[in-house]
Amino acid sequence: MKILVCISKTPDTTAKIAFTDNNTKFDTNGVQWIINPYDEWYSLVRAIELKEKDASTIIHLVTVGAADAEPIIRKALALGGDEAIRINAESHDSYYIAAQIAEIAKQGSYDLIFTGKETIDYNGSSIGGMVAEFLDLPFVSLATKFDLNGNKATVTREIEGGEEVCEVELPAVVSCQKGVAEQRIPNMRGIMAARTKPLKVVEPVAADVLTTVQNFELPPAKAGVKLVSPDNVEELVRMLHEEAKVI
Amino acid sequence: MSVLVFIDVAEGHIKKSSLEALSYGAKLAAQVGSNAEAVVLGKTTEDLTALGKYGVKKIYEVSNDALQQFDAQLYTKVLAQVVQNCVAKIIVFSNNVNGKAIAPRLSVRLKAGLVTGAVALPDTSNGFVVKKNVFSGKAFANIRVSTDIKIITLNPNAFRVIEAEGTAEVVAFNTTVDAPKVKVIATNKASGEVPLTEAEIVVSAGRGMKGPENWKIVEDLAHSLHAALACSRPVADAHWRPHNEHVGQTGIAIAPNLYIAIGISGAIQHLAGVNRSKVIVVINKDPEAPFFKAADYGIVGDAFEVVPRLTEAIKKLRGVA
Repeated sequence: MKILVCISKTPDTTAKIAFTDNNTKFDTNGVQWIINPYDEWYSLVRAIELKEKDASTIIHLVTVGAADAEPIIRKALALGGDEAIRINAESHDSYYIAAQIAEIAKQGSYDLIFTGKETIDYNGSSIGGMVAEFLDLPFVSLATKFDLNGNKATVTREIEGGEEVCEVELPAVVSCQKGVAEQRIPNMRGIMAARTKPLKVVEPVAADVLTTVQNFELPPAKAGVKLVSPDNVEELVRMLHEEAKVI
Repeated sequence: MSVLVFIDVAEGHIKKSSLEALSYGAKLAAQVGSNAEAVVLGKTTEDLTALGKYGVKKIYEVSNDALQQFDAQLYTKVLAQVVQNCVAKIIVFSNNVNGKAIAPRLSVRLKAGLVTGAVALPDTSNGFVVKKNVFSGKAFANIRVSTDIKIITLNPNAFRVIEAEGTAEVVAFNTTVDAPKVKVIATNKASGEVPLTEAEIVVSAGRGMKGPENWKIVEDLAHSLHAALACSRPVADAHWRPHNEHVGQTGIAIAPNLYIAIGISGAIQHLAGVNRSKVIVVINKDPEAPFFKAADYGIVGDAFEVVPRLTEAIKKLRGVA
Protein backbone atom coordinates (compact mmCIF):
# COMPACT_ATOMS: atom_id res chain seq x y z
CA MET A 1 0.00 0.00 0.00
CA LYS A 2 1.40 3.32 -1.10
CA ILE A 3 -0.31 6.48 0.11
CA LEU A 4 0.19 10.07 -1.02
CA VAL A 5 -0.95 12.68 1.50
CA CYS A 6 -1.41 16.24 0.23
CA ILE A 7 -0.24 18.89 2.69
CA SER A 8 -0.98 22.59 2.53
CA LYS A 9 0.46 25.46 4.55
CA THR A 10 -2.20 27.77 6.01
CA PRO A 11 -2.33 30.64 8.49
CA ASP A 12 -3.10 29.60 12.07
CA THR A 13 -6.83 29.45 12.85
CA THR A 14 -6.49 32.46 15.17
CA ALA A 15 -4.42 34.56 12.71
CA LYS A 16 -5.54 38.12 12.14
CA ILE A 17 -6.89 38.41 8.61
CA ALA A 18 -5.67 41.61 6.96
CA PHE A 19 -4.49 42.62 3.49
CA THR A 20 -1.80 44.82 2.00
CA ASP A 21 -0.91 46.33 -1.39
CA ASN A 22 -4.31 47.85 -1.96
CA ASN A 23 -6.04 44.69 -0.68
CA THR A 24 -4.40 42.45 -3.25
CA LYS A 25 -2.16 40.44 -0.88
CA PHE A 26 -2.71 38.63 2.38
CA ASP A 27 -0.80 40.39 5.15
CA THR A 28 1.60 37.72 6.44
CA ASN A 29 3.07 40.04 9.05
CA GLY A 30 3.07 38.22 12.41
CA VAL A 31 1.16 35.25 11.01
CA GLN A 32 1.94 31.80 12.42
CA TRP A 33 1.81 29.08 9.75
CA ILE A 34 0.40 25.65 10.38
CA ILE A 35 -0.38 22.50 8.45
CA ASN A 36 -3.91 22.86 7.14
CA PRO A 37 -5.87 21.20 9.98
CA TYR A 38 -7.89 18.93 7.65
CA ASP A 39 -4.67 17.68 6.06
CA GLU A 40 -2.93 17.13 9.39
CA TRP A 41 -5.59 15.94 11.81
CA TYR A 42 -7.55 13.74 9.46
CA SER A 43 -5.79 12.62 6.27
CA LEU A 44 -2.23 12.44 7.59
CA VAL A 45 -3.17 10.81 10.90
CA ARG A 46 -5.41 8.25 9.15
CA ALA A 47 -2.54 7.38 6.78
CA ILE A 48 -0.26 6.90 9.81
CA GLU A 49 -2.85 4.65 11.47
CA LEU A 50 -3.00 2.52 8.31
CA LYS A 51 0.79 2.20 8.42
CA GLU A 52 0.64 1.19 12.08
CA LYS A 53 -1.69 -1.66 11.10
CA ASP A 54 0.40 -2.70 8.10
CA ALA A 55 4.08 -1.82 8.42
CA SER A 56 4.70 -2.35 4.70
CA THR A 57 2.63 0.78 3.97
CA ILE A 58 4.60 3.64 2.45
CA ILE A 59 3.49 7.21 3.07
CA HIS A 60 4.68 10.10 0.93
CA LEU A 61 3.73 13.69 1.63
CA VAL A 62 3.46 16.29 -1.09
CA THR A 63 3.14 20.06 -0.92
CA VAL A 64 3.18 22.82 -3.52
CA GLY A 65 5.04 25.80 -2.12
CA ALA A 66 8.20 27.84 -1.79
CA ALA A 67 11.07 27.02 0.60
CA ASP A 68 9.14 28.66 3.46
CA ALA A 69 6.78 25.65 3.41
CA GLU A 70 9.58 23.38 4.65
CA PRO A 71 9.03 23.85 8.43
CA ILE A 72 5.42 22.75 7.86
CA ILE A 73 6.40 19.67 5.89
CA ARG A 74 9.04 18.75 8.51
CA LYS A 75 6.36 19.01 11.17
CA ALA A 76 4.16 16.70 9.10
CA LEU A 77 7.08 14.25 8.81
CA ALA A 78 7.46 14.40 12.60
CA LEU A 79 3.94 13.05 12.92
CA GLY A 80 4.70 10.29 10.43
CA GLY A 81 5.33 9.50 6.80
CA ASP A 82 8.42 8.17 5.06
CA GLU A 83 9.40 10.99 2.80
CA ALA A 84 8.16 14.30 1.48
CA ILE A 85 8.14 16.04 -1.87
CA ARG A 86 7.99 19.79 -2.21
CA ILE A 87 7.04 21.10 -5.61
CA ASN A 88 8.84 24.39 -5.84
CA ALA A 89 6.04 26.68 -7.00
CA GLU A 90 3.65 29.18 -5.51
CA SER A 91 0.12 29.54 -6.77
CA HIS A 92 -3.39 30.13 -5.51
CA ASP A 93 -5.04 28.58 -8.55
CA SER A 94 -6.30 25.12 -7.67
CA TYR A 95 -6.07 23.88 -11.28
CA TYR A 96 -2.34 24.67 -11.36
CA ILE A 97 -1.73 23.10 -7.93
CA ALA A 98 -3.74 19.97 -8.77
CA ALA A 99 -1.84 19.57 -12.05
CA GLN A 100 1.44 19.54 -10.08
CA ILE A 101 0.19 17.00 -7.53
CA ALA A 102 -1.26 14.81 -10.29
CA GLU A 103 2.18 14.71 -11.95
CA ILE A 104 3.81 13.46 -8.72
CA ALA A 105 0.96 10.99 -8.23
CA LYS A 106 1.46 9.58 -11.74
CA GLN A 107 5.17 9.02 -11.19
CA GLY A 108 4.66 7.38 -7.78
CA SER A 109 1.75 5.07 -8.76
CA TYR A 110 -0.02 5.43 -5.41
CA ASP A 111 -2.90 3.23 -4.28
CA LEU A 112 -4.47 6.00 -2.32
CA ILE A 113 -4.36 9.79 -2.40
CA PHE A 114 -5.62 11.68 0.64
CA THR A 115 -6.47 15.37 0.82
CA GLY A 116 -8.17 17.42 3.53
CA LYS A 117 -11.74 18.46 2.79
CA GLU A 118 -10.58 22.02 2.10
CA THR A 119 -7.90 24.47 3.20
CA ILE A 120 -8.89 26.97 5.86
CA ASP A 121 -7.56 29.93 3.83
CA TYR A 122 -8.99 29.64 0.31
CA ASN A 123 -11.75 27.16 1.26
CA GLY A 124 -11.68 25.80 -2.28
CA SER A 125 -12.45 22.14 -1.59
CA SER A 126 -11.17 21.50 -5.11
CA ILE A 127 -7.78 19.79 -5.08
CA GLY A 128 -9.02 16.24 -4.41
CA GLY A 129 -11.61 16.27 -7.18
CA MET A 130 -9.20 17.90 -9.62
CA VAL A 131 -6.38 15.44 -8.94
CA ALA A 132 -8.85 12.57 -9.35
CA GLU A 133 -9.95 13.89 -12.74
CA PHE A 134 -6.37 14.45 -13.93
CA LEU A 135 -5.68 10.79 -13.10
CA ASP A 136 -9.14 9.50 -14.11
CA LEU A 137 -9.59 7.92 -10.66
CA PRO A 138 -12.68 7.61 -8.49
CA PHE A 139 -13.12 10.36 -5.89
CA VAL A 140 -14.92 10.03 -2.57
CA SER A 141 -15.31 13.41 -0.91
CA LEU A 142 -15.90 14.57 2.67
CA ALA A 143 -15.08 11.23 4.27
CA THR A 144 -15.91 10.86 7.96
CA LYS A 145 -14.63 7.27 8.20
CA PHE A 146 -12.11 5.32 6.16
CA ASP A 147 -11.19 1.65 6.26
CA LEU A 148 -9.14 -0.56 3.98
CA ASN A 149 -10.37 -3.94 2.96
CA GLY A 150 -7.78 -5.56 0.71
CA ASN A 151 -7.90 -3.77 -2.61
CA LYS A 152 -11.06 -1.92 -1.64
CA ALA A 153 -11.82 0.94 0.70
CA THR A 154 -14.97 1.37 2.72
CA VAL A 155 -15.65 5.05 3.15
CA THR A 156 -18.38 6.85 5.04
CA ARG A 157 -19.06 10.21 3.45
CA GLU A 158 -21.17 13.18 4.41
CA ILE A 159 -24.43 13.80 2.57
CA GLU A 160 -27.00 16.51 3.32
CA GLY A 161 -28.64 15.53 6.60
CA GLY A 162 -26.80 12.26 7.10
CA GLU A 163 -24.11 9.99 5.78
CA GLU A 164 -23.56 7.33 3.19
CA VAL A 165 -21.32 4.27 3.40
CA CYS A 166 -19.69 3.41 0.10
CA GLU A 167 -17.17 1.01 -1.32
CA VAL A 168 -14.53 1.98 -3.84
CA GLU A 169 -11.80 0.02 -5.57
CA LEU A 170 -8.29 1.38 -5.31
CA PRO A 171 -6.55 3.41 -6.57
CA ALA A 172 -8.77 6.28 -5.49
CA VAL A 173 -8.70 9.84 -4.17
CA VAL A 174 -10.40 10.58 -0.85
CA SER A 175 -10.92 13.94 0.88
CA CYS A 176 -11.01 13.66 4.66
CA GLN A 177 -12.75 15.57 7.43
CA LYS A 178 -13.60 15.20 11.09
CA GLY A 179 -14.32 11.63 12.13
CA VAL A 180 -11.66 9.96 9.95
CA ALA A 181 -9.04 10.24 12.70
CA GLU A 182 -8.14 12.18 15.84
CA GLN A 183 -5.55 14.93 16.09
CA ARG A 184 -2.10 13.82 17.32
CA ILE A 185 0.83 15.73 18.77
CA PRO A 186 4.28 14.88 17.39
CA ASN A 187 6.55 13.24 19.99
CA MET A 188 10.29 13.84 20.46
CA ARG A 189 11.23 10.63 18.65
CA GLY A 190 9.15 11.70 15.67
CA ILE A 191 10.67 15.18 15.65
CA MET A 192 14.21 13.73 15.72
CA ALA A 193 13.40 11.18 13.00
CA ALA A 194 11.85 13.88 10.79
CA ARG A 195 15.20 15.70 10.57
CA THR A 196 16.74 12.92 8.54
CA LYS A 197 13.73 11.86 6.48
CA PRO A 198 14.14 12.67 2.77
CA LEU A 199 12.57 15.92 1.60
CA LYS A 200 12.85 16.08 -2.16
CA VAL A 201 12.43 19.36 -3.99
CA VAL A 202 11.18 19.11 -7.56
CA GLU A 203 10.51 21.84 -10.10
CA PRO A 204 6.92 22.31 -11.32
CA VAL A 205 5.69 21.02 -14.67
CA ALA A 206 4.15 23.47 -17.14
CA ALA A 207 0.48 24.02 -16.30
CA ASP A 208 -2.04 26.75 -16.94
CA VAL A 209 -3.41 29.15 -14.34
CA LEU A 210 -7.17 29.51 -14.89
CA THR A 211 -8.09 31.93 -12.11
CA THR A 212 -6.38 34.81 -10.29
CA VAL A 213 -7.21 36.72 -7.13
CA GLN A 214 -8.04 40.27 -8.15
CA ASN A 215 -8.43 41.62 -4.62
CA PHE A 216 -9.72 40.85 -1.14
CA GLU A 217 -12.42 42.49 0.96
CA LEU A 218 -13.13 42.37 4.67
CA PRO A 219 -16.77 41.99 5.65
CA PRO A 220 -18.44 45.17 6.92
CA ALA A 221 -18.09 45.54 10.68
CA LYS A 222 -21.10 44.47 12.73
CA ALA A 223 -23.20 47.37 14.00
CA GLY A 224 -22.84 46.07 17.55
CA VAL A 225 -25.01 43.79 19.59
CA LYS A 226 -28.47 44.87 20.71
CA LEU A 227 -28.94 43.52 24.20
CA VAL A 228 -32.36 42.47 25.40
CA SER A 229 -33.32 41.84 29.01
CA PRO A 230 -33.76 38.16 29.92
CA ASP A 231 -37.15 39.11 31.34
CA ASN A 232 -38.31 40.49 28.03
CA VAL A 233 -37.75 37.75 25.45
CA GLU A 234 -40.95 38.92 23.69
CA GLU A 235 -39.00 42.02 22.66
CA LEU A 236 -36.31 39.82 21.06
CA VAL A 237 -38.97 37.85 19.18
CA ARG A 238 -40.56 41.10 18.02
CA MET A 239 -37.22 42.43 16.72
CA LEU A 240 -36.38 39.18 14.95
CA HIS A 241 -39.83 39.23 13.36
CA GLU A 242 -40.27 42.91 12.49
CA GLU A 243 -36.76 44.34 12.27
CA ALA A 244 -34.51 41.52 11.13
CA LYS A 245 -37.40 39.67 9.43
CA VAL A 246 -35.81 36.26 9.98
CA ILE A 247 -38.69 34.54 11.78
CA MET B 1 -24.61 29.30 -25.79
CA SER B 2 -26.15 28.93 -22.38
CA VAL B 3 -25.77 29.06 -18.63
CA LEU B 4 -26.21 25.49 -17.41
CA VAL B 5 -27.36 24.76 -13.86
CA PHE B 6 -26.83 21.37 -12.21
CA ILE B 7 -29.97 20.23 -10.37
CA ASP B 8 -29.06 18.07 -7.41
CA VAL B 9 -31.51 15.35 -6.49
CA ALA B 10 -31.66 13.28 -3.30
CA GLU B 11 -34.09 10.35 -3.12
CA GLY B 12 -35.99 11.72 -6.09
CA HIS B 13 -36.38 15.21 -4.61
CA ILE B 14 -34.72 18.41 -5.75
CA LYS B 15 -32.62 20.00 -3.04
CA LYS B 16 -33.46 23.53 -1.93
CA SER B 17 -29.91 24.64 -2.69
CA SER B 18 -30.54 23.71 -6.33
CA LEU B 19 -33.48 26.12 -6.46
CA GLU B 20 -31.08 28.85 -5.34
CA ALA B 21 -28.63 27.76 -8.05
CA LEU B 22 -31.43 27.85 -10.65
CA SER B 23 -32.47 31.37 -9.61
CA TYR B 24 -28.82 32.47 -9.68
CA GLY B 25 -28.27 30.85 -13.09
CA ALA B 26 -31.35 32.55 -14.55
CA LYS B 27 -30.24 35.97 -13.27
CA LEU B 28 -26.76 35.39 -14.59
CA ALA B 29 -28.08 34.31 -18.01
CA ALA B 30 -30.11 37.52 -18.24
CA GLN B 31 -27.03 39.51 -17.21
CA VAL B 32 -24.82 38.05 -19.95
CA GLY B 33 -27.58 37.84 -22.59
CA SER B 34 -27.81 34.07 -22.69
CA ASN B 35 -30.34 31.28 -21.95
CA ALA B 36 -30.66 29.51 -18.63
CA GLU B 37 -30.77 25.75 -18.99
CA ALA B 38 -30.47 22.99 -16.45
CA VAL B 39 -29.52 19.35 -16.19
CA VAL B 40 -30.74 16.62 -13.88
CA LEU B 41 -29.04 13.25 -13.51
CA GLY B 42 -30.96 10.22 -12.32
CA LYS B 43 -34.69 9.81 -11.87
CA THR B 44 -36.84 12.29 -9.99
CA THR B 45 -40.40 12.13 -8.78
CA GLU B 46 -40.85 15.87 -9.29
CA ASP B 47 -42.42 17.76 -12.19
CA LEU B 48 -39.39 19.24 -13.92
CA THR B 49 -41.43 21.51 -16.22
CA ALA B 50 -42.48 23.44 -13.08
CA LEU B 51 -38.85 24.50 -12.58
CA GLY B 52 -39.53 27.05 -15.33
CA LYS B 53 -40.78 29.33 -12.57
CA TYR B 54 -37.16 29.78 -11.47
CA GLY B 55 -36.34 31.20 -14.89
CA VAL B 56 -34.86 28.14 -16.58
CA LYS B 57 -36.05 27.50 -20.16
CA LYS B 58 -34.85 24.00 -20.92
CA ILE B 59 -33.96 21.01 -18.78
CA TYR B 60 -31.88 18.05 -19.92
CA GLU B 61 -32.92 14.87 -18.16
CA VAL B 62 -30.44 12.00 -18.09
CA SER B 63 -32.34 9.17 -16.43
CA ASN B 64 -29.97 6.18 -16.74
CA ASP B 65 -30.26 3.74 -13.84
CA ALA B 66 -26.52 3.91 -13.14
CA LEU B 67 -26.97 7.56 -12.13
CA GLN B 68 -29.30 6.74 -9.23
CA GLN B 69 -26.25 6.54 -6.96
CA PHE B 70 -23.84 9.41 -6.78
CA ASP B 71 -20.42 8.83 -8.33
CA ALA B 72 -18.54 12.06 -9.05
CA GLN B 73 -16.49 10.47 -11.84
CA LEU B 74 -19.54 9.21 -13.69
CA TYR B 75 -21.54 12.37 -13.16
CA THR B 76 -18.65 14.44 -14.51
CA LYS B 77 -18.43 12.40 -17.71
CA VAL B 78 -22.16 12.80 -18.38
CA LEU B 79 -22.18 16.50 -17.49
CA ALA B 80 -19.28 17.17 -19.85
CA GLN B 81 -21.35 15.66 -22.68
CA VAL B 82 -24.34 17.83 -21.83
CA VAL B 83 -22.13 20.93 -21.65
CA GLN B 84 -20.74 20.22 -25.10
CA ASN B 85 -24.19 19.50 -26.48
CA CYS B 86 -25.78 22.76 -25.30
CA VAL B 87 -22.56 24.77 -25.71
CA ALA B 88 -22.72 25.99 -22.13
CA LYS B 89 -20.22 28.72 -21.27
CA ILE B 90 -21.07 29.05 -17.59
CA ILE B 91 -21.95 26.10 -15.36
CA VAL B 92 -23.53 26.67 -11.95
CA PHE B 93 -23.59 24.22 -9.05
CA SER B 94 -24.65 24.61 -5.46
CA ASN B 95 -21.56 24.55 -3.24
CA ASN B 96 -23.06 21.56 -1.43
CA VAL B 97 -21.72 18.04 -0.93
CA ASN B 98 -22.23 16.84 -4.51
CA GLY B 99 -21.37 20.19 -6.09
CA LYS B 100 -18.02 20.18 -4.25
CA ALA B 101 -17.29 16.71 -5.62
CA ILE B 102 -18.23 17.26 -9.28
CA ALA B 103 -17.33 20.89 -10.02
CA PRO B 104 -13.54 20.43 -9.55
CA ARG B 105 -13.57 17.33 -11.77
CA LEU B 106 -15.54 19.12 -14.47
CA SER B 107 -13.14 22.06 -14.21
CA VAL B 108 -10.25 19.77 -15.16
CA ARG B 109 -12.19 17.87 -17.81
CA LEU B 110 -13.29 21.07 -19.60
CA LYS B 111 -10.26 23.12 -18.58
CA ALA B 112 -12.72 25.65 -17.18
CA GLY B 113 -11.79 28.12 -14.43
CA LEU B 114 -13.57 27.29 -11.19
CA VAL B 115 -14.74 29.51 -8.33
CA THR B 116 -16.17 27.61 -5.36
CA GLY B 117 -18.33 29.20 -2.68
CA ALA B 118 -19.57 32.22 -4.66
CA VAL B 119 -21.67 34.66 -2.62
CA ALA B 120 -22.94 36.98 -5.37
CA LEU B 121 -23.50 37.26 -9.10
CA PRO B 122 -20.27 37.78 -11.06
CA ASP B 123 -19.14 41.24 -12.05
CA THR B 124 -19.10 41.05 -15.85
CA SER B 125 -18.42 44.74 -16.51
CA ASN B 126 -14.75 44.04 -17.23
CA GLY B 127 -14.11 40.35 -17.73
CA PHE B 128 -15.59 37.85 -15.28
CA VAL B 129 -14.98 38.32 -11.56
CA VAL B 130 -16.69 36.26 -8.87
CA LYS B 131 -16.85 37.15 -5.18
CA LYS B 132 -16.31 34.22 -2.83
CA ASN B 133 -15.77 33.56 0.84
CA VAL B 134 -12.18 32.97 1.95
CA PHE B 135 -10.41 32.56 5.30
CA SER B 136 -13.37 30.59 6.66
CA GLY B 137 -15.82 33.45 6.30
CA LYS B 138 -13.46 36.11 7.68
CA ALA B 139 -12.95 37.76 4.27
CA PHE B 140 -14.01 37.75 0.62
CA ALA B 141 -11.87 37.38 -2.48
CA ASN B 142 -12.78 38.60 -5.95
CA ILE B 143 -11.56 35.93 -8.35
CA ARG B 144 -10.99 36.66 -12.02
CA VAL B 145 -11.74 33.74 -14.31
CA SER B 146 -9.90 33.87 -17.62
CA THR B 147 -11.13 30.74 -19.43
CA ASP B 148 -13.80 30.49 -22.13
CA ILE B 149 -15.91 28.13 -20.01
CA LYS B 150 -16.45 29.08 -16.38
CA ILE B 151 -17.74 27.08 -13.40
CA ILE B 152 -19.26 28.56 -10.26
CA THR B 153 -20.42 26.82 -7.10
CA LEU B 154 -22.89 28.97 -5.16
CA ASN B 155 -22.85 28.95 -1.36
CA PRO B 156 -26.13 27.70 0.15
CA ASN B 157 -28.31 30.55 1.50
CA ALA B 158 -26.20 33.17 -0.33
CA PHE B 159 -28.77 33.83 -3.06
CA ARG B 160 -32.50 34.09 -2.60
CA VAL B 161 -34.84 31.80 -4.54
CA ILE B 162 -36.74 33.90 -7.10
CA GLU B 163 -40.08 32.54 -8.34
CA ALA B 164 -42.11 33.82 -11.29
CA GLU B 165 -44.40 32.41 -13.97
CA GLY B 166 -43.03 29.95 -16.48
CA THR B 167 -42.61 26.35 -17.54
CA ALA B 168 -39.50 24.62 -18.75
CA GLU B 169 -39.15 22.31 -21.71
CA VAL B 170 -37.83 18.91 -20.59
CA VAL B 171 -35.56 17.12 -23.06
CA ALA B 172 -34.39 13.54 -22.59
CA PHE B 173 -30.62 13.31 -23.02
CA ASN B 174 -29.58 9.84 -24.08
CA THR B 175 -26.13 8.55 -23.44
CA THR B 176 -24.42 5.36 -22.37
CA VAL B 177 -23.11 5.32 -18.84
CA ASP B 178 -20.40 3.06 -17.35
CA ALA B 179 -20.95 1.18 -14.12
CA PRO B 180 -20.19 3.40 -11.10
CA LYS B 181 -16.83 2.77 -9.38
CA VAL B 182 -18.15 4.06 -6.07
CA LYS B 183 -20.87 1.79 -4.73
CA VAL B 184 -23.20 3.04 -2.02
CA ILE B 185 -23.86 0.23 0.43
CA ALA B 186 -25.78 2.07 3.16
CA THR B 187 -27.41 5.43 3.79
CA ASN B 188 -27.94 6.74 7.31
CA LYS B 189 -30.23 9.68 7.25
CA ALA B 190 -31.59 11.58 10.22
CA SER B 191 -35.19 11.41 9.03
CA GLY B 192 -37.51 14.39 9.13
CA GLU B 193 -34.83 16.82 10.22
CA VAL B 194 -33.72 19.86 8.28
CA PRO B 195 -30.20 19.31 6.85
CA LEU B 196 -27.88 21.66 8.70
CA THR B 197 -26.27 23.19 5.61
CA GLU B 198 -29.62 23.96 4.02
CA ALA B 199 -31.43 25.19 7.13
CA GLU B 200 -32.64 28.80 7.22
CA ILE B 201 -32.64 28.82 11.00
CA VAL B 202 -30.12 26.99 13.19
CA VAL B 203 -30.32 26.61 16.97
CA SER B 204 -26.97 25.72 18.47
CA ALA B 205 -25.83 25.03 22.00
CA GLY B 206 -22.54 24.59 23.80
CA ARG B 207 -20.95 23.66 27.08
CA GLY B 208 -23.20 26.11 28.91
CA MET B 209 -25.91 23.44 28.73
CA LYS B 210 -23.91 21.48 31.34
CA GLY B 211 -24.83 18.03 30.02
CA PRO B 212 -26.59 16.10 27.23
CA GLU B 213 -29.61 15.49 29.46
CA ASN B 214 -30.45 19.21 29.27
CA TRP B 215 -30.90 19.38 25.48
CA LYS B 216 -34.68 19.11 25.60
CA ILE B 217 -35.16 22.89 25.88
CA VAL B 218 -32.80 23.42 22.93
CA GLU B 219 -34.71 20.88 20.86
CA ASP B 220 -38.02 22.50 21.79
CA LEU B 221 -36.76 25.90 20.66
CA ALA B 222 -35.48 24.42 17.38
CA HIS B 223 -38.79 22.66 16.87
CA SER B 224 -40.77 25.87 17.40
CA LEU B 225 -38.70 27.56 14.68
CA HIS B 226 -38.47 24.55 12.29
CA ALA B 227 -34.76 24.96 12.80
CA ALA B 228 -31.85 22.55 12.46
CA LEU B 229 -29.83 21.66 15.55
CA ALA B 230 -26.12 22.35 15.88
CA CYS B 231 -23.52 22.34 18.62
CA SER B 232 -20.03 23.57 19.47
CA ARG B 233 -16.89 21.45 19.22
CA PRO B 234 -16.44 20.64 22.96
CA VAL B 235 -20.00 19.32 23.02
CA ALA B 236 -19.37 17.03 20.03
CA ASP B 237 -15.97 15.95 21.41
CA ALA B 238 -17.58 15.02 24.74
CA HIS B 239 -20.16 12.98 22.77
CA TRP B 240 -23.03 15.00 24.21
CA ARG B 241 -24.20 15.47 20.66
CA PRO B 242 -23.38 13.70 17.36
CA HIS B 243 -20.42 14.97 15.32
CA ASN B 244 -22.62 15.84 12.37
CA GLU B 245 -24.09 18.68 14.46
CA HIS B 246 -20.69 20.27 15.13
CA VAL B 247 -20.38 23.65 13.44
CA GLY B 248 -17.16 25.61 13.37
CA GLN B 249 -13.76 25.73 11.75
CA THR B 250 -13.26 21.97 11.76
CA GLY B 251 -16.93 21.03 11.68
CA ILE B 252 -19.58 22.16 9.26
CA ALA B 253 -19.62 25.75 8.00
CA ILE B 254 -23.10 27.18 7.75
CA ALA B 255 -24.75 30.40 6.57
CA PRO B 256 -28.35 30.41 7.80
CA ASN B 257 -30.58 33.49 7.97
CA LEU B 258 -30.73 33.14 11.74
CA TYR B 259 -28.22 31.49 14.07
CA ILE B 260 -29.11 31.23 17.75
CA ALA B 261 -26.14 30.33 19.97
CA ILE B 262 -26.94 29.15 23.49
CA GLY B 263 -24.20 28.77 26.08
CA ILE B 264 -21.41 29.03 23.47
CA SER B 265 -18.58 31.41 24.35
CA GLY B 266 -17.70 32.14 20.71
CA ALA B 267 -14.10 31.02 20.23
CA ILE B 268 -12.61 32.24 16.95
CA GLN B 269 -12.72 28.68 15.56
CA HIS B 270 -16.45 28.47 16.26
CA LEU B 271 -17.08 31.87 14.67
CA ALA B 272 -15.25 30.74 11.52
CA GLY B 273 -18.02 28.23 10.91
CA VAL B 274 -20.97 30.51 11.59
CA ASN B 275 -19.90 34.08 10.78
CA ARG B 276 -21.67 33.95 7.42
CA SER B 277 -25.04 33.76 9.21
CA LYS B 278 -27.18 36.79 8.36
CA VAL B 279 -28.40 37.37 11.92
CA ILE B 280 -26.75 36.00 15.06
CA VAL B 281 -28.48 35.82 18.46
CA VAL B 282 -26.35 34.96 21.47
CA ILE B 283 -27.71 33.76 24.80
CA ASN B 284 -25.03 33.50 27.45
CA LYS B 285 -24.87 34.22 31.16
CA ASP B 286 -21.35 35.61 30.85
CA PRO B 287 -21.55 39.22 29.60
CA GLU B 288 -17.84 38.97 28.67
CA ALA B 289 -18.40 36.05 26.25
CA PRO B 290 -16.58 37.00 23.03
CA PHE B 291 -19.58 35.83 20.99
CA PHE B 292 -21.49 39.02 21.92
CA LYS B 293 -19.02 41.01 19.79
CA ALA B 294 -20.05 39.03 16.72
CA ALA B 295 -23.77 39.01 17.54
CA ASP B 296 -26.64 41.15 16.27
CA TYR B 297 -28.87 40.47 19.27
CA GLY B 298 -27.97 39.19 22.69
CA ILE B 299 -29.45 38.18 26.01
CA VAL B 300 -27.20 38.05 29.05
CA GLY B 301 -28.96 35.46 31.13
CA ASP B 302 -29.36 31.88 32.27
CA ALA B 303 -30.17 29.63 29.28
CA PHE B 304 -32.29 27.36 31.49
CA GLU B 305 -34.66 30.27 32.13
CA VAL B 306 -34.37 32.23 28.89
CA VAL B 307 -34.67 29.41 26.34
CA PRO B 308 -38.07 28.00 27.48
CA ARG B 309 -39.44 31.56 27.63
CA LEU B 310 -38.15 32.22 24.14
CA THR B 311 -39.82 29.04 22.87
CA GLU B 312 -43.13 30.14 24.38
CA ALA B 313 -42.83 33.63 22.86
CA ILE B 314 -42.13 32.15 19.42
CA LYS B 315 -45.07 29.76 19.70
CA LYS B 316 -47.23 32.74 20.59
CA LEU B 317 -45.98 34.64 17.53
CA ARG B 318 -46.70 31.66 15.33
CA GLY B 319 -50.10 31.21 16.91
CA VAL B 320 -49.55 27.67 18.14
CA ALA B 321 -49.90 28.28 21.86
